[in-house]
Amino acid sequence: MTKLAHNDILETIHMLDDQHLDVRTITMGISLLDCVSDDIDAVCRKIYDKITQKAANLVSCGEQIELEYGIPIVNKRISVTPISILANPFSPADCVKLALALDKAAAATGVNFLGGFSALVHKGYTKGDRALIAAIPEALAQTERLCSSVNIGTTKAGMNMDAVREMGQVIKQLAEKTADRDGFGCAKLVVFCNAPEDNPFMAGAFHGVGEPETAINVGVSGPGVVKYALEKVRGADFGTVSETIKKTAFKVTRMGQLVAQEASRRLHTEFGIVDLSLAPTPAVGDSVATILEEMGLECCGTHGTTAALALLNDAVKKGGVMATSYVGGLSGAFIPVSEDAGMIAAAEKGVLTIDKLEAMTCVCSVGLDMIVVPGDTPAATIAAIIADEAAIGMINQKTTAVRLIPAPGKKVGERVEFGGLLGSGPVQPVHRESSEAFVARGGRIPAPIHSLRN
Amino acid sequence: MRAIITVVGKDNMGIIYNVTKILAAYRVNILDISQTILSSDIFAMIMLVNTASIAGEFTAMAAELKAYGEAEGYDIHVQREDVFNAMHTL
Repeated sequence: MTKLAHNDILETIHMLDDQHLDVRTITMGISLLDCVSDDIDAVCRKIYDKITQKAANLVSCGEQIELEYGIPIVNKRISVTPISILANPFSPADCVKLALALDKAAAATGVNFLGGFSALVHKGYTKGDRALIAAIPEALAQTERLCSSVNIGTTKAGMNMDAVREMGQVIKQLAEKTADRDGFGCAKLVVFCNAPEDNPFMAGAFHGVGEPETAINVGVSGPGVVKYALEKVRGADFGTVSETIKKTAFKVTRMGQLVAQEASRRLHTEFGIVDLSLAPTPAVGDSVATILEEMGLECCGTHGTTAALALLNDAVKKGGVMATSYVGGLSGAFIPVSEDAGMIAAAEKGVLTIDKLEAMTCVCSVGLDMIVVPGDTPAATIAAIIADEAAIGMINQKTTAVRLIPAPGKKVGERVEFGGLLGSGPVQPVHRESSEAFVARGGRIPAPIHSLRN
Repeated sequence: MRAIITVVGKDNMGIIYNVTKILAAYRVNILDISQTILSSDIFAMIMLVNTASIAGEFTAMAAELKAYGEAEGYDIHVQREDVFNAMHTL
């Protein structure tokens, strides 16, 4: 007979049925380095052919695993080599052609997002980086499934403040180009500091140049499961809270590891990493904010929130790390405002502000994510928000990211609906005082002293 | 390959018969059954089965069981045993 206890079996069923336990994404990383050419049509054809061939069975394989194991796999996605590397001979208009080819390949394989319309400019621009970044507004406005990211800083290289300034402008242009959908295009663009090369989560996924030809990276989820486990230890001390989260994260991650191994075996692809993440969805009961509130906070965003999130993030990693052979990606709790019912409620009450979110990003996995700001927010203010967030990443040797949506025509107090996993968000206030002269300086912020570790 | 089948729902005559009938049709061997009645009328059954010599597709068998469950008001899950081993054993 099986060595399993009945309680364990029923616990798993309960997690899957009532607590939104799922594998959030299977992401296939595909290197496009061999698609290089100075003929734009040839590059478009090569990337389309390579992606559709390598990922031909990705979606059906994911669905088959779902059926056999009874584990929902919410997203099947693709990440590719940062496209700016292929874009060196090309103009911004050509880069839009590359974007359309990638989007077409994504549609042909059936994935819902493809990431990698990306540039890494933390120390400076190549020709291809300039062309690609200039093409981002048009490329994302014309495509459905394509995601873009730009890395503007690292702990090792410092911060490229010219790129920071430019990204403020790009975000504004992209919002204007997708104004009919409240600036939706900006939900597909992430500005990073210390971007990981093996991140399976969108919109920031790309397949770094240090990665193999293809790889399977898996992102797990499970805020609902953690919330439920904590309900059972109400009033207990923080040692107990931490232990409870660790045990839960272990189980969730083991499931992710199983799916990652099985998917890479079936797709004849190398197993990359499991991303130990708590990724919320807008569904009720699948919120990171409510976990923090379960710890004893009246509303996410009030005093104590940063400490609660620090404990949560650390315990998720400690529990998860033993459950998988390779950890990577972003690994930690996510706090995307529009994708988390508890965060939305807290932001609507005015308790969860951008300043508090910034503090929270010092202790969790990503950054200022899916935050809607007024449409008249100046590009320089957005750039300054990016600079603040990147500075946190650079100094603390961690990944930070910014995904802001300056919703055209929208004002504080209004609400924007994106639908699906991207949810909806209240327009949150930003400081009105100008950062123009600061952002206009340009140049590079040098790498911090602790980058000199050799 | 082994799988775990769980059936939960309001107790009624013939549940085990109907579930095992489907399994027999697919030539799935039952290794163990554990069944209990929770809170006086909730039927809960856990079966361990071997699908090594299954006649047909695993997913088709799972779908048929699920359809039976939906028609009769039971929650039926069919999952490969590996999921539970991964989550609950070191």
